[in-house]
Amino acid sequence: MQATETTTRATSLTIDGTDVTVPEGTTIWEAARQLGIEIPVLCHDPRLRPVGVCRMCVVDVGERVLAASCVRQCADGMSVVTQSDKLDRCRATLTGLLMSDYPDESRRQVTTADDQLLELAERYGIERGKSALPRGNGRPDDLSSPVIAVDHSACILCDKCIRACNEIQHNDVIGRTGKGYGTRIGFDLDNPMGQSTCVACGECASVCPTGALTNVQLTAPLRPRSALTSVDSLCPYCGVGCTITYHIDPEENTVVYADGRESPGSQERLCVKGRYGFDYSRHPQRLTMPLIRREEFYPKGALSSDVRGARGARRRKKPGGLVDYDEVMPAFREASWDEALDLVAGRLKEIKDTHGSSALAGFGSAKCSNEEAYLFQKLVRAAFGTNNVDHCTRLCHASSVAALLETIGSGAVTNTFGDVGNADVALVAGSNTTANHPVAATFIKDAVHNGTTLIVIDARETGIARHAHHFLQIEPSSDVALYNAMMQVMIEEDLVNHDYIRDFTEGFEELREVVRSYTPEAAERVCGVSADKIREIARVFARAKSALIFWGMGISQHTTGADNARCLISLALLTGNVGRPGTGLHPLRGQNNVQGASDAGLIPMMYPDYQSVADEKVQAKFEKAWGIPLDPKPGLTVVEIIGGALSKEIRGMYMMGENPFLSDPNTNKVRKALAALDFLCVQDIFLTETAEFADVILPASSFFEKTGTFTNTDRRVQVGRKALSSPGEARLDWEIVCDVARRMGYPMAYDSTEEIFEEFTALAPSYAGLTHENLQPTGKLWPCPDPETGDGIQILFGDGFPTPSGRGKFVAAQHQPPAELPDAEYPFVLNTGRLLEHWHTGTMTRRSRALDAIQPQAFCEMHPEDLAELGVETGEPVHLATRRGSIVLAVRASTATPRGNVFLPFHFREAPANILTHDKLDPFGKIPEFKFSAVKVEKAEAASA
Amino acid sequence: MSERKLHPAVAGAQPMYRAENDPDAPLFEGAYKQRFDDILTRYPDKRAAILPVLAMCQELRGWISSETIERVAELLDLTPAYVLSITSFYTMFRPQPVGKYLIQVCTSIGCDLCGAENVVEKLLAATGTRTGEISEDGLYTVIEVECLGACGFATVVQVNERVYESVKTETVTRLLEELR
Repeated sequence: MQATETTTRATSLTIDGTDVTVPEGTTIWEAARQLGIEIPVLCHDPRLRPVGVCRMCVVDVGERVLAASCVRQCADGMSVVTQSDKLDRCRATLTGLLMSDYPDESRRQVTTADDQLLELAERYGIERGKSALPRGNGRPDDLSSPVIAVDHSACILCDKCIRACNEIQHNDVIGRTGKGYGTRIGFDLDNPMGQSTCVACGECASVCPTGALTNVQLTAPLRPRSALTSVDSLCPYCGVGCTITYHIDPEENTVVYADGRESPGSQERLCVKGRYGFDYSRHPQRLTMPLIRREEFYPKGALSSDVRGARGARRRKKPGGLVDYDEVMPAFREASWDEALDLVAGRLKEIKDTHGSSALAGFGSAKCSNEEAYLFQKLVRAAFGTNNVDHCTRLCHASSVAALLETIGSGAVTNTFGDVGNADVALVAGSNTTANHPVAATFIKDAVHNGTTLIVIDARETGIARHAHHFLQIEPSSDVALYNAMMQVMIEEDLVNHDYIRDFTEGFEELREVVRSYTPEAAERVCGVSADKIREIARVFARAKSALIFWGMGISQHTTGADNARCLISLALLTGNVGRPGTGLHPLRGQNNVQGASDAGLIPMMYPDYQSVADEKVQAKFEKAWGIPLDPKPGLTVVEIIGGALSKEIRGMYMMGENPFLSDPNTNKVRKALAALDFLCVQDIFLTETAEFADVILPASSFFEKTGTFTNTDRRVQVGRKALSSPGEARLDWEIVCDVARRMGYPMAYDSTEEIFEEFTALAPSYAGLTHENLQPTGKLWPCPDPETGDGIQILFGDGFPTPSGRGKFVAAQHQPPAELPDAEYPFVLNTGRLLEHWHTGTMTRRSRALDAIQPQAFCEMHPEDLAELGVETGEPVHLATRRGSIVLAVRASTATPRGNVFLPFHFREAPANILTHDKLDPFGKIPEFKFSAVKVEKAEAASA
Repeated sequence: MSERKLHPAVAGAQPMYRAENDPDAPLFEGAYKQRFDDILTRYPDKRAAILPVLAMCQELRGWISSETIERVAELLDLTPAYVLSITSFYTMFRPQPVGKYLIQVCTSIGCDLCGAENVVEKLLAATGTRTGEISEDGLYTVIEVECLGACGFATVVQVNERVYESVKTETVTRLLEELR
């Protein structure tokens, strides 16, 4: 989605006798491809800058020598021949030369890619073993990476891997070393791949034409694509929603490997999770039978020593990060679906009848499809009779969505991440994009490469900061002060967009009053960025012809989360950066269906498509559609529901795919709350920490086993398709939900997810017209006014906002300190976050062979100077303690984390971050402050780690 | 003829092999920082300055270390892998520290026909080293290089910046003595 070139002249030529007209500058190879003429090539891929080194793509243009079509541009009147005896002889000779030292079949690694060189050898009848050169060139294998195998002897030095690494992913790891016959590809300073800075995205292996770089076997034995079944689907991890083709071994019922698939969003790119993290679904610990808690394990409580938080927990037999099944399973007995479902429906109904509907609550999940999310909220609202339904979005972007709805009337992004290519300036605030949205990050890096100025504002020096023109390392939780100061400078220096403010906004005067006192000098004292730099950034941003703002959890997960987001929205409105190409507001969504789960109504105060439960007309609409009276009272949010369980306000809960024990703040409180519930039903694919507190556990299906729609961070609704069958008696989530509803006396019957989607889209105007059928193959953006032909609207709000006044509203914010400040006893700031290789509570990624191999251990990160003062070496264990609890884990030295701070990934159950966090909420978005707690750090005795 | 002042960016204008190199000397400081800045002024982009910048580093330290590669990559906005592709391509950039005298023997076709291999053998024996190593007294490192451009005087040997013509096995001992 790069800016289209200024209109160029057309060039007319003939290729193999066919007349063709192409824009000036088009290569012959590309022009031929458009005509459907395939020219063999080894070193070229349309996504890469052509280099013309393999010479296989030579064509006859009537000149002295043949021309390499991948680099030669079309010229007027040119007559191109792509097939002739002479060309065949030339290509055959080149293939023969490349094959002359190609390694023997017997020592070749199995390649997942189609070996294009071998295909050519077959086509031209090259006999192997005829050459006088020794087989292979003596260059060794490099098997140091857990996911990519390197066979240097099969490498033909086409440089595709180097260009894929540099130009597509911008990881800049691969180069050439040496000269002449000794030349080979090298990683960083010619390190083994596994010890280089490689992030294992696998882009190099995906473009390699000879299998010199190939995927390592993760499940069933590798076989060529043609020998496997392929299913076009999606990635199950983050909100970027990359499109993937899974290659399936049907007999083994497993994904063998994955390829990126062409689509407007991800454009075939993948990261390590998407390409190598698919094997969790066939992990032997999958739940395959409904489970009912045995009598003798009441009263309820945690079952494993880890989850109990027992002192001796760290001496458990098995290392690693999974629930100890041996400890937990004896507390449950297998049951039939009938018995389990009757028990769930019976107990929930009993609580409803005795204590009222509001004593029930449900947590859906942003990992489930739109159809499942829709049905789940319908179950809670129509069958339970309450609006106590929420999900993990509450913990990531609730404050962003609340601020967006308040100011511009819509909680979704106003533009796609790919449009950053059209942005003059991109601002990335509080987002560790390269780790959490790795493929979106590649498009930001693309843009930087093509001239976009990148500003990164973060408390940590994250991976994306290394690509920034301006990196502002602010004090944690000082965002409002910084943005207010930037706006103060813009207003003071008259850099604001007066026309835009006049035509499209309201509340400017109030904003001006509030930010007046935020001079850069005042802000410098709060956020630690010099006043001059604040002025400079304000000018850069305000003078941009177009500016796009991305943000992540560094903005939202604060008690001032909504204020932080309001400031970013005001920045965009002040400078008129909404509604045009290269502009907009883009809170990067976390889970693969965060956007969709919210759209589908897993929100306690909204029906599907953000229709308020408190609005009588809306209530009437849904009562009519669902045929039952509905509760007009907004429900409780995630953290409030946990609090309600503790106070017995909530007595029965149903959780579909959520693991609040690890994901919610203040674990010790969550433990008590879960144990206090009269009844808990957990529906999941593995035994989670939360499931230890369950009365009934229902075995559900993984992403790979079901068909449904998922809405990505761009608002792109895409279809995830069933690739595998569910293990044992595990069932589809939507079928389970229907059964529970029916047994509670509320009829729910559907034949397919298409039918559920139809019902949902009829009630959600933003999704109107979309069907599973018209969403193939690469989905559509909502809203989509012409679903049969159009791709949906990419850029929203060019002509006003869906607010009552039609205007975007400035909501000014005052700087406020975080809820828990460091003091003498707890002097460090604790900041929780994520790693590239792991996903949230680790239920999936820690059961993925590759991902767990790359990042197997819990750790925290601190500045080397802080470690030196504490007398701790990198790799040694430290004891982290807050007012709520303590954990012990290894510490790594890193200058990315500033002095006085501790960065703690929250994926690791053996060192659960949320033992430490507190549950103070943003008053507006009800999101907890995961990004700031006061913590004490001490050297720990090695034995206790 | 008046003395021609060469721009500092011209790689050949400065000696790449100096007897008084210091393998751990600080890079890009003082006069060397000034020279680095001067070099950059000569090119339209930073990447183009890679050869003279590397040559300057080698002049100072006598070799190109991993640390040097990383520093140069950072200063020129290149990837370390790219800088390595340059330094590992040109034999003039040394991947290890060298002795006071870097003895470079041409083993391209002309010199080879005139007995270059024997000269190399003799030099290695006399210095008690293997190719690329530093002799025990720290004085000598012997390496084979591509054509030095004086084929009429084969075998050609270059010691640091000075070229010795028509070297034969018999003259090797005298050559080493002269250096000492």
